[in-house]
Amino acid sequence: MITTEADSPKIQIARAPDAPGAAGAPETAIRMETRKLDFFYGEAQALHGISLAIAENSVTALIGPSGCGKSTFLRCLNRMNDIIPGTRVVGDVLLDGVDIYTGDVDVVDLRRRVGMVFQKSNPFPKSIFENVAYGLKINRTVRRSQMAERVEKSLREAALWDEVKDRLDGPAMGLSGGQQQRLCIARALAVDPEVLLMDEPASALDPIATQKVEELIYHLKTSYTIVIVTHNMQQAARVSDRTAFFMMGRLVEYDRTDKIFTNPGEKITEDYITGRFG
Amino acid sequence: MSGRPRAETRSARRRRFVSRVMTAACGAAVLVALLPLGFVLFYILSKGLTALNLDFFTKLPRPVGETGGGMANAIVGTVKLILIASAIAVPVGMLAGIHVAEYKGTPLASSVRFAADVLNGIPSIVVGIFAYGLVVLPMKRFSAIAGGVALAIMMIPIITRSTEELVNLVPQSLREGGLALGASRAKVTFSIIVPAALPGILTGVLVAVARIAGETAPLLFTSFNNQFWSARLDQPTASLTVQIYSYAISPYDDLHRQAWAGALVLVALVFLFSVLARVVTRRLERMNVG
Amino acid sequence: MTGRPVSFRNRRRRGRDDGGFRFWTAIFALLVLGVVAAIGFELFRNSSLSIRKFGWSFWKTSDWDPVSGEFGALPFIWGTVYSSVFALLLATPIALGIAIFVSEISPHRFRRPLAFLTELLAAIPSIVYGLWGIFVLVPAVRKVETLISKTPLHRLPLFAGPPYGIGMLSAGLLLTVMVVPFISSVSREVLRAVPLTQREAAYALGATRWEAIKVALRYGRTGIFGAIILGFGRAFGETMAVTMVIGNNPQISASLFAPQYSMAAVIANEFSEATGDLYLHALTEIGLVLFVITLVINALSRLLIWSTGRAPKRRAETPAAAAVPEAA
Repeated sequence: MITTEADSPKIQIARAPDAPGAAGAPETAIRMETRKLDFFYGEAQALHGISLAIAENSVTALIGPSGCGKSTFLRCLNRMNDIIPGTRVVGDVLLDGVDIYTGDVDVVDLRRRVGMVFQKSNPFPKSIFENVAYGLKINRTVRRSQMAERVEKSLREAALWDEVKDRLDGPAMGLSGGQQQRLCIARALAVDPEVLLMDEPASALDPIATQKVEELIYHLKTSYTIVIVTHNMQQAARVSDRTAFFMMGRLVEYDRTDKIFTNPGEKITEDYITGRFG
Repeated sequence: MSGRPRAETRSARRRRFVSRVMTAACGAAVLVALLPLGFVLFYILSKGLTALNLDFFTKLPRPVGETGGGMANAIVGTVKLILIASAIAVPVGMLAGIHVAEYKGTPLASSVRFAADVLNGIPSIVVGIFAYGLVVLPMKRFSAIAGGVALAIMMIPIITRSTEELVNLVPQSLREGGLALGASRAKVTFSIIVPAALPGILTGVLVAVARIAGETAPLLFTSFNNQFWSARLDQPTASLTVQIYSYAISPYDDLHRQAWAGALVLVALVFLFSVLARVVTRRLERMNVG
Repeated sequence: MTGRPVSFRNRRRRGRDDGGFRFWTAIFALLVLGVVAAIGFELFRNSSLSIRKFGWSFWKTSDWDPVSGEFGALPFIWGTVYSSVFALLLATPIALGIAIFVSEISPHRFRRPLAFLTELLAAIPSIVYGLWGIFVLVPAVRKVETLISKTPLHRLPLFAGPPYGIGMLSAGLLLTVMVVPFISSVSREVLRAVPLTQREAAYALGATRWEAIKVALRYGRTGIFGAIILGFGRAFGETMAVTMVIGNNPQISASLFAPQYSMAAVIANEFSEATGDLYLHALTEIGLVLFVITLVINALSRLLIWSTGRAPKRRAETPAAAAVPEAA
């Protein structure tokens, strides 16, 4: 159902930064960018004119109430929405300045460069080693001799190596929830992505496991560009450099995290953050 | 207070009596069904075991009228036919099943499901007629290939359906996980989904093999029969089932005894595959979940 | 890392993520469809001579004389229908009894072994049934027939004729044994799909066990009817066991004692020896009719079994279960 301007509470769309230097736009290099992105599930429009620039080597958090479109937006960045029948994209989604929705783009390679970690961890029913090595095997970029090294490197990056180094051939399903999620992160890192999309990566984890994942994200941003969807605002505040606030398929406000959480520009943002709704 | 309750008790008693009788009748039905099972197995075992000897497994049939000999070529022939049929049916059935599961709802997928069910219900003799027209006529001879094709047609629906069911059971999250790592649809299917669904698919294959191992009718005019060894695939070949049939309807007692032996071996083979199917499922499932 | 050349444009795949996956799997799916269509088509084509020559009279005349080129297939339809109906009448109560017992009455720990045992009946190949039929069943039936022929029952057309042993009675009995597991396994699935609340409601109203069972039966009656029809289809197409005990005599008789013939049996016996195209085409026409009738029966039974609501999907672990049509 498309809600018209008349129905929704007065939302002033954030000044969409079309050019670097505009208010709210990142000062460093831009890795991914959307321009006036609309998204449709069949007839229903889920995203309205989202223009958002994601800075390199930073953590960008997407927050907003349930159903506001943040996960949909995330999945547009690696074209995961393609597998849902009846969806349609209008507008541009750029990776390093190239529109990923044009006809001659290799989606398979795109998904290697823009990796994804899901809300509920989904390790394959294989061994730990095989899970992490999976991406390497299918891309055939790594020789067998180097496979073990790369697996170890990824597991170290995901802060899981010490816990599993003695049981690499054991089943991945035998790990705890938090370990499985870090395994999925290691698996995503193994293919050497440039951007890492994380859809509520810690929402199914206990506080200790959550803390580990958050620390991990903080360390990863030096090498990767990270976009994380979270419904936990404290997490967004802890972990991200920039935060985008979505509501009803629209980008309400996008700015440096410290500014959003201490002195938000929009009243709606402030209401959400202080818990007055959502 | 004495009139009404007594009438109720009488009717209640009658109802309870009826219930008990019917329950017993159902139990009797089970016994009635198990009786022929017991009889058949008893006769196969008793008559078959007495006729079973080493010669049976190693020698060829003797010329008509002479005693002795065995069904060595028939046993090998059955194995040959199973292999040919599986070589055709397993890839076709699996890929068709994968398509039906992955593209569920499309007109092609729905019609293939229906077609598989139709195929399942076709009498095996009719499949034989089809294979005759398709393979025997162009080749101008009976052959193992023709028999294999006929059996393959009967295996395909079973394999297609079990593959489809199993692929459907694999959670979508595994697919998305694979796609998100930059794997193509094909890679995701064959390196993640199929291995995860393998136990069930294998079961389907074994069940299909158990079914066709016992088939006679479709072979009668495709692979026909052969009293000798046949190494080439384009020659008629002996098979356990057809050999049992030809011995059974012959007028010689010695051949009748061999027919029982053959039946014993055949039943053992079919049971073996069925049991294997169950064991495989359990084993592989345990490995997957760890 | 910005400014890195965008290499992902230059790969073989363009804009799709399936690498021809959909196309190639579709080819094989089409193959399955194609086989079914091809069977129908070829059966029709290879019986054209007979269809053209005899038309509908093929099914109304009973003169089957390959030597003179006269083909009337009425005896075969008669034999097939007779034996199948007989088997159905006998098998249905037994199969239902089994289904009810296993799913409603027996203690839980016996359910799987009992179900397994009854389905074992379906695992036995039909040639083995035929073998057992010739050497064990037929002599026994002959004895029974001889007994009956000494009683006044012998005067009934149902029991007329010499007690050969081989004949409709043996064929019917054998078919019954082979059909029971199919009907019972499908009926069991249907009964399992009946919600527990139905029976609970009956018990809560003071029903006896049998009355509660009747409630479940009534709820699943369309599915059970579909199971029966499925069994009928199975009997209709059965070849080897029937051909070994039915006598292979193309005569039409109401008597259970008389040796007769069935459609599948005549094809099995005469196809490989058929000389001349007309002969072959006549036999193929019989096959065509077999194909069409079993198609209709299967479609009908599928519809009926579906309409009871979704039966729980069960992996086919035995041939009997594998015969259960998809309950979507």
